[in-house]
Amino acid sequence: MGMGLSALLVIALVLLAFLGVQVAGLQFLFGVVIPYAAFFIFLAGVVYRIVKWAQSPVPFRIPTTCGQQKSLPWIKSNKIDNPASTAGVIARMALEVLFFRSLFRNVRAELKDGPKIVYTWEKWLWLAGLLFHWSMLLVIIRHLRFFADPIPSFVKVISSVDGFFEIGLQHIYVSGIILLLAVTYLFIRRVAIPQVRYISLLSDYFPLLVIFTLALTGILMRYFMRENVVAVKQLALGLATFNPTVPEGISVLFYIHLFLVSVLFAYFPFSKLVHMGGIFLSPTRNLPNDSRARRHINPWNYPVEVHSYEEYEDEFRQVMKAVGIPVEKE
Amino acid sequence: MYKSRNILAGLIIFIAMATFPFWSALGNDSVAPVLELDTPAINQLEEKQCVESRDFMRRRHMELLMEWKNAVAREGMRIYRASDGKTYDMSLQNTCLKCHSNKEEFCDRCHDYAGVKPVCWSCHLEAKGDE
Ligand code: HEC
Ligand code: HEC
Ligand code: HEC
Ligand code: HEM
Repeated sequence: MGMGLSALLVIALVLLAFLGVQVAGLQFLFGVVIPYAAFFIFLAGVVYRIVKWAQSPVPFRIPTTCGQQKSLPWIKSNKIDNPASTAGVIARMALEVLFFRSLFRNVRAELKDGPKIVYTWEKWLWLAGLLFHWSMLLVIIRHLRFFADPIPSFVKVISSVDGFFEIGLQHIYVSGIILLLAVTYLFIRRVAIPQVRYISLLSDYFPLLVIFTLALTGILMRYFMRENVVAVKQLALGLATFNPTVPEGISVLFYIHLFLVSVLFAYFPFSKLVHMGGIFLSPTRNLPNDSRARRHINPWNYPVEVHSYEEYEDEFRQVMKAVGIPVEKE
Repeated sequence: MYKSRNILAGLIIFIAMATFPFWSALGNDSVAPVLELDTPAINQLEEKQCVESRDFMRRRHMELLMEWKNAVAREGMRIYRASDGKTYDMSLQNTCLKCHSNKEEFCDRCHDYAGVKPVCWSCHLEAKGDE
């Protein structure tokens, strides 16, 4: 259901851009207005989401213990998996963001020979996820060649490493192809494994399909249909310098690509994709486990009236003595 | 907002990275590269025409070069018949660079702008075709 609908949605979006540019001639709308609007929604939306998250108090440490907690000096503690200091938290977060450490612990649980549960090795999700995210990052960094003139040297260095392989006379950007393969794997995985399919929703399929179509149109543009890169760069630089122009000679395929990027960016803050910011705010990753060393006070605690046993005894001492109940203070 | 210092720092980093194209282009009034066609060989042409149409050359010159290279190196054919019937000797140095003898103001200017770096010149001579 979610799968069919998201496929229909992506097809409708592609058709919309196609008709809008090819038939209605709305190059300015699809090349300038929508990208600006989408980028603004992206920035404002992400900031809004982060600020909203930051308003929830996190009064207690939520340790996920994958290692020994820091306690007595002679008990060896695990400084990264169960950090007690900010440095440890930074290390844990960096490993999580850069290498998906907690996903690396993923195993598959299966019932084998009757009611016996067996955990088996499962690193494919981790591998495909890591390849997907890293190649997406490289693709985005390489795309900065359209948005800056002269092209910054880090973009050039990354492009030349990424374009190490050549087929014929042309450099092949490995990251673009890995992106397409990885996103395809991630999609098939959702469809092919019944348990995963059962928990998959429109909001899981849709971003995968949009990114798949993005990578596909990009690869078509670069290796098959051949986009007029100089004209595209004029358009992109026009956007970056707030001096928008719509040059002649850009094919409709590029507008489809750009429209899908716009949709992805505008959709970003309202979807699961904000995990890009959310990962930094996840309490099980960003809190040092120092509950034994520091007292954490719940900010919404109201002052509680207490009536301690000493006060109780002071109040009722005579009566208690009279009926023979032992008291602590005579 | 809790931990507002960290949150603000994170947001500032995020916005700075996301708006990189905008602030890096500040004060930049770059225009598309001007391609110099003013070479002796081209000036001699009655009709200023490339091997194929301009749009085709713009988008697909690397495919044409690849086709030429394969034809020469694999099949030993050296004559290319263009779609308008004219024939050309299939050669990077002796054909393309004869007309476009100003490689720096032509090929390179465009490639620098687009961020591509063909690696032909470690083997093929950059020198003008008609030395
Ligand atoms: C007969 C001379 C001649 C030869 C040979 C020639 N060119 Fe051209 N080329 C021209 C001219 C003249 C133009 C400008 C065409 C125009 O403005 O319509 C041009 C335009 C181009 C353009 C498009 C520039 C733009 O304005 O976007 C490219 C790219 C190009 N040539 C590459 C090549 C390559 C690669 C070869 C070798 C396969 C080659 N040329 C061979 C004369 C030549
Ligand atoms: C109109 C601008 C322009 C001109 C002029 C031009 N090129 Fe290119 N060339 C490009 C672009 C843009 C690409 C990369 C296309 C892409 O990224 O999809 C390219 C790619 C190439 C490639 C493939 C390299 C790779 O790694 O992808 C070769 C080879 C090449 N050009 C040769 C030449 C030669 C030789 C000349 C001069 C005779 C020339 N070009 C003139 C714009 C131009
Ligand atoms: C490793 C060295 C090398 C590199 C790099 C190289 N070539 Fe060649 N190329 C050759 C050789 C050798 C021939 C065969 C020459 C012959 O038989 O006349 C050739 C032939 C060609 C031909 C046809 C014949 C001629 O005289 O031009 C073309 C066109 C060509 N190469 C284009 C390219 C382009 C474009 C690039 C850059 C993307 C490139 N080559 C990079 C070695 C190289
Ligand atoms: C999330 C954002 C984007 C993704 C995932 C993406 C993906 C891709 C991929 C995979 C390619 C194939 C070539 C390569 O590996 O580089 C490509 C090419 C291309 N993309 Fe994008 N893209 C994105 C944003 C954009 C934007 C904003 C533009 C507008 C300038 C753009 C314009 C192009 C063009 C012109 C090409 C063809 C390049 C060439 O012919 O050399 N893309 N894209």
